[in-house]
Amino acid sequence: MLKNITLGQFFPGDSFIHRLDPRTKILATMALIVAVFCCRGFVGFGVIAAFVVLSAYSTGINLKFLVKGIKPILFIVAFTFVLNIFVQKSGESLVSFWIINITTGGLRTATYMAVRLIMLVVSSQLMTLTTSPIALTDGLESLMKPLTRLHFPSHEIAMMMSIALRFIPTLLEEADKIMKAQMARGADFESGKLLQRAKAMVPLLVPLFVSAFRRADDLAMAMEARCYRGGEGRTRMRQLRYGKGDAMAALAVAALIGVIVLLNVLKVV
Amino acid sequence: MPDAMLRVVDAVYHYGDDEGKNAVDHVNLTVAPGEFVAVLGRNGSGKSTLAKMINALEKPSSGEIWVNGIAAHDESNRYEVRRLCGMVFQNPDNQIVATIVEEDCAFGLENLGVAPEEIRRRVRQALAQVGMEAYHDKAPHMLSGGQKQRVAIAGVLAMRPKMIVFDESTAMLDPVGRRDVMRVARRLNREEGVTVLWITHFMDEAAQADRLVVMDKGKIACTGAPREVFADVEQVRALGLEVPEMTYLASELRREGVDVPENVLTVEELTEAVCRKYAPPVRVDVRRDDAPQTAASAIAEETACSRRAQIEVKGLSYTYMPGTPFEKLALNDVRLRIDEGEFVGIIGHTGSGKSTLITHFNALIRPAPGTVLVGGKDLGDKSVSLTEIRRTVGLVFQYPEYQLFEETVAKDVAFGPRNLHLPEEEIQARVNEAIAMVGLPEDVKEASPFDLSGGQKRRVAIAGVLAMRPSILVLDEPAAGLDPAGRREMLELIQSIHLAGETVVMVSHSMEDVGRLCDRLMVLSDGEIVLSGSPAEVFSHGDELSKIGLDVPQCARLADELREKGFDMPHGVFGTQDVKRAIVEALKGAR
Repeated sequence: MLKNITLGQFFPGDSFIHRLDPRTKILATMALIVAVFCCRGFVGFGVIAAFVVLSAYSTGINLKFLVKGIKPILFIVAFTFVLNIFVQKSGESLVSFWIINITTGGLRTATYMAVRLIMLVVSSQLMTLTTSPIALTDGLESLMKPLTRLHFPSHEIAMMMSIALRFIPTLLEEADKIMKAQMARGADFESGKLLQRAKAMVPLLVPLFVSAFRRADDLAMAMEARCYRGGEGRTRMRQLRYGKGDAMAALAVAALIGVIVLLNVLKVV
Repeated sequence: MPDAMLRVVDAVYHYGDDEGKNAVDHVNLTVAPGEFVAVLGRNGSGKSTLAKMINALEKPSSGEIWVNGIAAHDESNRYEVRRLCGMVFQNPDNQIVATIVEEDCAFGLENLGVAPEEIRRRVRQALAQVGMEAYHDKAPHMLSGGQKQRVAIAGVLAMRPKMIVFDESTAMLDPVGRRDVMRVARRLNREEGVTVLWITHFMDEAAQADRLVVMDKGKIACTGAPREVFADVEQVRALGLEVPEMTYLASELRREGVDVPENVLTVEELTEAVCRKYAPPVRVDVRRDDAPQTAASAIAEETACSRRAQIEVKGLSYTYMPGTPFEKLALNDVRLRIDEGEFVGIIGHTGSGKSTLITHFNALIRPAPGTVLVGGKDLGDKSVSLTEIRRTVGLVFQYPEYQLFEETVAKDVAFGPRNLHLPEEEIQARVNEAIAMVGLPEDVKEASPFDLSGGQKRRVAIAGVLAMRPSILVLDEPAAGLDPAGRREMLELIQSIHLAGETVVMVSHSMEDVGRLCDRLMVLSDGEIVLSGSPAEVFSHGDELSKIGLDVPQCARLADELREKGFDMPHGVFGTQDVKRAIVEALKGAR
């Protein structure tokens, strides 16, 4: 049954990082990504990696989940690695035959890029694994709020995200039902060539879209009936509050960035 | 405080500029504070449009609407009106906004800009009022339909309305959900003094209201206390409605010269009315437990053997999501047999395994463990052709109209036959045959299925399955969500399909329907078949049925009640006409 799938990759828990304000986690993740890209040496990467692994360990989440998250991007990592090796030409030549010329500089840049990509994915995963989708939406809305003055539709975007989260399970369940109903009429979703398979999706997709529009209509009506009139003057039941933990987390991230900058200045590689 | 909670004065609504056809046509209506008013009427009679105008979701084309003294026809008042008068809609899924129950409950208050602490306080209170406080942190999609509707009510309640409009809020629920939602609405009305406008297609719900308003073609056709309105059986039927079963039986009895009042609504009332006028005969040791059921079931067994089995199920079990926290045994060692030409009814609550059972019949789920034989073929055998099985067993799911997708009705009905790779003439012949079989006019063939009415759409969907020429037709709640006239027509259609020689299996929540139509019933509870036999046999197990939360038909209950009082009522009667004859007979012997 599709009904019980978990949304996003949220892994419920009660660790220090789980309890952080979602805004702190979003900002810290962004800072971490900046740090990863500023970093210019293996010592720095080692420091960041230690920080990330320690954080991950403290959440009580099985590290297998983090490793699993890297899998889908392994191809991209390998691709950038190879590309960088062949394109970057600086430093001494290591291997040289025919048109291939691998240099120490190339190897270093390639390794840096691969490490950066992996760190980027792992640290953003750490955020999505420890923050429920709803908290994430709240956090984003709150962080985007200052942009409202620039006519950026921050409330609308957050509302859309939260409605999407609400209706994904409903629509999945519906898709399952329609699929079964069409299979009962002899539809075949599994065999045939690509084009045939795409065609076979029509009896599933049309009813699904029709239903999604009907639901959207109904929902708009129900929201209006409950006095919805956009984000202006709206309050929230759950308020985000920064706590002591958030200050500690901010300090830790600031310290990490300090170390990276220091390493850069001292040119420690 | 104004003397009227709602005052509708000469309200008119027409879509676009089409003034000739008014959806709401010069309606006048006054509802007093604290009243519980039920609004009835067939689909398209203008009930929903009226409701939306009261909630300031639609602006009347002309006329006035006053809610608690505030003009709802004036757009500048719309938020005030919507706060004072909440609305609960039909589809439980499509009115829940947030991903967590309490967040959804808070939605209205957040829109009103209420302070966070106050929101939390009121949300807690509102959830307690509908008995959903234990679910405050749950995701809505994990709740049942009835629970979702209660959450929707809580969301409205948190805004402290003086009035709530329920727009067919029970139409998509199972009997348990319906009962729960109705109970909550009645309690709010009685204890909190909330005025209720209850739009419904269910007469038993309407019978509980203080007053009925019946709409027809945009106008109010009649209004009055339930027992007054229902007493005129002919008029109520002419308006596309039904009268409660007992009111109908009373009117039939009066025709036979039995002296009962015409305005009874419940089994208890009719029993009492009979006892008041007639005394039971002096008891001559009536033997109650002459157990007619054993004899009957023996006969059933015998006839079953002489027929050919269409479906045979042995030792079938099924577990949902094994190895997860959601693991549930949906079917447990089910054994059944359905013979050629039978009309079998399957009854049970939501979650009793009915749907899981019927999806096994055409191998949408492969049996494991256990065996399912269709026409002698073992569905567990991977070499059996799926197309062949799906051609043999036609499965019509709940709300089948949601699976329509083609540009025209003819093309949609042809989808099944085309998947069977039949020649073109054969396909056309089958499409024509199926459309005629479901009683749709010829000219509907080129229409878009999306332009048809709800009842017609459902017929198209059933035609789409019939065009496969299945030898067994399985229907899951074919009458769900239709208005009384649509319900009656749908059940007549299924009966006519059965009389044409088709083996039919019907899943239903309604004891009345399966009792009237089916040869044999199976009662499912927690994945097991707990009772099986002719309707009379099954209904004779009233105690066991009520233990699993199912009711016997009202007429059967009446017969039992009268027998208790000492009247000479036979066992195993449950149809309206049979019970009527039995009562007339029994009263001949009475004093």
